[in-house]
Amino acid sequence: MQRLFLAFAAGGLFGSGLFLSGMTDTAKVQGWLDVFGNWDPTLAFVMGGAIIPMAIAWAFTKGRKPLAGGSFPAPPEPKLGRNLILGSVLFGVGWGLAGLCPGPAVASLTYGGWPHWVFFVAMIAGMAFAPSFRATMDRAIPAE
Amino acid sequence: MPSDWLWGLGGGLLIGLGGAVYLLGNGRVMGASGIIGGLVDGSGRSTWAERVVFLAGVFLLPLLLLPTMAPVDTHATSNVAVLIAAGLCVGVGTRLANGCTSGHGVCGISRLSLRGITATVFYILAGGLTVVFFRHLLGVI
Repeated sequence: MQRLFLAFAAGGLFGSGLFLSGMTDTAKVQGWLDVFGNWDPTLAFVMGGAIIPMAIAWAFTKGRKPLAGGSFPAPPEPKLGRNLILGSVLFGVGWGLAGLCPGPAVASLTYGGWPHWVFFVAMIAGMAFAPSFRATMDRAIPAE
Repeated sequence: MPSDWLWGLGGGLLIGLGGAVYLLGNGRVMGASGIIGGLVDGSGRSTWAERVVFLAGVFLLPLLLLPTMAPVDTHATSNVAVLIAAGLCVGVGTRLANGCTSGHGVCGISRLSLRGITATVFYILAGGLTVVFFRHLLGVI
């Protein structure tokens, strides 16, 4: 029960932050990426603002256990493989095209109108298709 | 608006606070694509309740804030082909890279993860080139 309450609180803070910062406004995200157009620096402030509490939280994990039990995630292997690079490039292309990424896509479903639903459904389809895409890639170019 | 950066910073702090609660509370990295993706492909079956409740928070809280704000215009394109292509790229890409803006960007950079920093550099570069190409050269978006 405690885990669920904490997850709901985390999601609520995340969703309100995305809403208030303007990250569910596709014009703001594309404005940040549009360095040759009317550049909008807002996203840098959002990222900077989000990294501060997170950095403090990571420092706080040392020698402690999560409130609801279990253990903290170990740092990932610092391995930069094909999947990380190719996946990030693909994600960047989609992010630039629509101005939406997974968090804001969920947060904006209630007020973004039908285009946000079309994007959301396509994103879910992409996520469902990802394992077979990965398998096809593995056959074509062996991973890492 | 001249105060946009202030809203950005304040909203950003809330996003980071959400990540901090998820990490210190449940011991998990707050990555939107991982939380959704685990429900879609079944890899997160054992933690489904936590994921659903997290997403309910993401979805419902803006709804509560909405009445206090001026009408929200999200400026999304109404070009269905662009929306579908973009959604597919984001869906496949974030699962392949095992993270998106929240996971690699917010949670990864803040722990100085090489993977998080590299992923962020690549998706911002790809996003920038995409906007330049499709907006300034093709005029599609």
